[in-house]
This record gives sequence, C-alpha cells and structure tokens, in this order.
Amino acid sequence: MTPADTQQLIDFTYIAAAIGFILAIKWLGSPVSAKRGVVVGEIASAVAVIATLCDPQVDQYKWIIITLIVGAAVGVPLGMVKMTAVPQRTALSHAFGALSAALIGIAEYYVSAPHVPKFQMAEIGLEVIIGSLTFTGSLIAAGKLQEILPQRPITYKGQNYVSLTVLAAALGLVVALVIHPEMTLLFPIMIGVALIFGIMLVTPIGGADMPTVISLLNSYAGFSASLLGFVLNNKVLIVAGALDGASGFILSVIMCKAMNRSFTNVLFGAFGQVQASAAGAKEERAVKSASPEDAAAILAAANTVVIVPGYGMAVAQAQHKVRELYDILTKKGIDVRFGIHPVAGRMPGHMNVLLAEADIPYDKMMEMDAINGDLPQTDVALVIGANDVTNPAARTDQSSPIFGMPIIDVDKARTVMVIKRSMAAGFAGIDNPLYYLDNTMMLFGDAKKFVSDIVRELSGGSH
Amino acid sequence: MPADFISSLFVFILSAFLGIELIKRVSPLLHTPLMSLTNALDAIVVVAAIIIAGRHETRLSTILGLVAVAASFSNMVGGFVITDRMLSMFKTGKAAKKS
Repeated sequence: MTPADTQQLIDFTYIAAAIGFILAIKWLGSPVSAKRGVVVGEIASAVAVIATLCDPQVDQYKWIIITLIVGAAVGVPLGMVKMTAVPQRTALSHAFGALSAALIGIAEYYVSAPHVPKFQMAEIGLEVIIGSLTFTGSLIAAGKLQEILPQRPITYKGQNYVSLTVLAAALGLVVALVIHPEMTLLFPIMIGVALIFGIMLVTPIGGADMPTVISLLNSYAGFSASLLGFVLNNKVLIVAGALDGASGFILSVIMCKAMNRSFTNVLFGAFGQVQASAAGAKEERAVKSASPEDAAAILAAANTVVIVPGYGMAVAQAQHKVRELYDILTKKGIDVRFGIHPVAGRMPGHMNVLLAEADIPYDKMMEMDAINGDLPQTDVALVIGANDVTNPAARTDQSSPIFGMPIIDVDKARTVMVIKRSMAAGFAGIDNPLYYLDNTMMLFGDAKKFVSDIVRELSGGSH
Repeated sequence: MPADFISSLFVFILSAFLGIELIKRVSPLLHTPLMSLTNALDAIVVVAAIIIAGRHETRLSTILGLVAVAASFSNMVGGFVITDRMLSMFKTGKAAKKS
C-alpha cells in the first residue's frame, strides 16, 4: 500500500468512528439501550486509535506506547472514583481534555512558527485560548467541588469588566499574531492571559451554580477539540468535539431554565450576585419540629410518599439510608417515588446517579414536571437536603430573587417533612416560606442520622 | 480562506445540529453518564496527539504531543470506565429484585 492509500484507509476508519460516536449518543438516550451506546463508543474510539497508530507519519512507537500506558494508568482510577466524587472527576476530565487540545495546538504553532499562514494562526489562536481557559477554569471548578478551594463565590466590584478586559486582551493578542506573525513572543503571553481568564471565569461562581458551570466547561472542552479539528483538518475531531460541545451547551441551557437564569447571565459568569439584597425583612415565625418517632408514624400512615433529595443528601452520604427507608416503606405497601429537580446536586443528573448507586430503581425517579402533577394527591413529601428548589416563594413572591424559578411543589402535599441541619438559609441566602406552612414539619438533624432513626422506628414498630 | 475550512465548517455545523437533536432526547435521568460519555468520545483528540508526537518534528512538539497523549487517553479510558459503572447501577424495579 502506498502512503496515500493508508491515509485513505485511516480516513475511512475515522468516518466509521464518527458514525459510532453518533450511535453511542443516540443509544444513551434511554436506560434500556444505554449500555449498547457505551460499547459502540468504545469500539469506535479503539478503532480510531489503532488506525492512527498505523499512520505512516508515526515513526517511533516507544514513547507513544509508554504515554498510552501512563494515560490508562491514570484513567482507570479516575474511572473508579466513588459516585459522590463524580462532579469533581468530571471537572477534572474537562481539564484534561482541554489541556490536550491546547497542547496540540501549541505544538502545531511552534512546528511552523513564525511562518504560520494568517488563517491558520487565527484558528490556532482561538483554539489555544479556549483550551487554556477551559483547562484552568475546570481545575478551579474541580478544586471547589473537592472542597480544596472555598465553595462560596469570590467576587469583587467591577469583576465583569476586569474579566472581559482580560478576555479582550487574549483575543487582541491573536489579532496581533495574525497581523505580525514574526512577533512569536506574543504567543506564550496569549496563553498566559487565557489561563488567567479561565481562573477569573470560574472563581466568582460556586455552590448551587456548579451544575451550570460544569455544563458550560463541558461545552468549551468540546468546542476546543472541534477547533483543533479545524486546525489539523481532522474531521473526526470536529464531529466528536461538536457532539460534546452541543451536549454541554444543551445541558447548560437546561440548567439555566431550571434556575430561571438567562444564558447571558451565565456566559458572563455573573451568578451569585443577584441575591443578598432581597433576603431582608426577616420576621421570627414559628416552625413545627418533629422527632424521628413522629416522622415514622406519619410515613407509616401514608399511602403515597414523594422524596425530594438535594445536595444535602450527597454531603451527608445519606443515599444508602434513604434506600433502606424506601425498602421498608415499599414493603408496607406504600408508593414511594423520588422527585428530582434538574439542578439538585452539583452536576446535571447527580441525584439520579447517587440514588441508582444505592439501588433505587430508576423508574421511581421522576422529573420535576412529572412529579409536580401528582404532589397535590401525595400524602407525604419528604425533603432531604434540598432547599431553594422547593421554595414556594419562587412561585408566589415577586420580590424574591428566585421568583420564576421552577420548583418542586412539595408544599402542595398533605404533609411536608423537611430534614435540615438548622434554620440557616440555603445557598442563595433566601428564607424559605415552606418551613412556616401549617402542613410542614421540620426534622432537625443530620440527614443520614435522621433517616436511619426513622428506619429504626419503622422496623421496630413492625415487630 | 482555505478550501478545507469550508468543508470543516460543513461537518461542524451538521454534527452540532445532529448533536443538539440527539441530546435533547436523552432522559434527564442519564445526564451524568451523558457528560462522562461525551467526555470519553471527546478524548478522540488522542489521535491528533499520537500524530504530533509520532512525527518527531521538533523536540518541543514531541514532548507536548506525548503529554497530550497521556492526558487524552486517560480521559478516554476513565470516561468509558465510569460511564459503564454508572449505567450498570441503573435498574428498573423488576431487575433490582432479581439481582
């Protein structure tokens, strides 16, 4: 075979790989076919990698094989992390993906610098900027999720102007490089500015806004791979990157809608700044609190129970205890389902994975819209570690900062029970009128301990 | 504007639209596995890394390429492993009772 023939053959395997990627995402659409999706994705990736290793341009294998082994050795443990660590693992993988895309772009630049054609210079510049900012941004996000860095948003006055100026500086450097390709020193400066911008992009964001940030970084990581495909004229990178980018984009839009935030609000990283002001007017109102015994008695007398989990459940690692509660109630013939808000937790679908890990059947996990219709006919709504996503002020109080945000209407259930550490306000710092309703009982304590106390009561009572 | 650019743009736009249509249909139940799977697929940049490293044009490009090989291949392996693990946990009521 001539090198041209081999190249053509490789291109055909890339087309096959692209088809595999599309099928993988299509089959991931439903839990029934999802595993098939992963298998076809694995085969497609393996075929593309093997074909590339046969590329005549690749003339030395030793180091490539070694780094592939290193990559696998790092990848397997990262694939084996606990389910509660999935958000930070995901952020870290965005960082790795963006890092490799940026490094390849940088290598491509230095191979031909300073004789880089103008058009290619613009492509490389944009690619390296997006890759670099996604790299540092994702590292910050991972650090926040791992709680190495403070989770609270860090903000200062005029932040958006400073951030935008930095971004503009990075873009300006690309323009300068296109016009004056001989000024190669500008390239590392551009990388540095982009790295700093990534840090500035994510530092002001925290806590409950993490699902949106992770989705957005996912989108950036995808688009940087796609842009790399433009630079190298490699179509399989364009396809994979566009699919990944589209996925992150759609998830960010879903997260934005679920928080009633506009997309521009997200793009400029202006989250977490609306709040604070409207929290005011705090009146001392009475709440009813109840013991595990009371809670167990009410649950045992119910026919239908809806459990609404939030980040608090993940923090307390309470999902396995929640499963025990689910089992014991289901055995008593009580219909137990879960109502899951799109932004509950720290990444899209976070609660579903935690509940699935605890062996809760997925047909019991309901989306917000599906469960809301049933809540008025529900005997008990049990809120575990969720706050703002159940706040009825979002529906009724025009002055509330979260007004308009879709919520799970737990207040419409006959009895609402809320497991909460204390009366402290949620992430958004907003008081929750749910706690003062006549049909609400507060269960103060650690989610894991409280749920296991209820379970003990329920199992003790049946003897 | 190079001729390649137009064909690349063509591929990009079609894939992005296809991606949007496909991903809209993914159940919110599976949004976390979706993200880890697309991450693993995105790690296909490893093929570009292999070529850059394998071409041996300059010492710098080889080293950067090799780092990129390790970073993206770890994403590929880790992404598939964790997606597979997550999906194994998703069971219906009937299947959970059997196991």
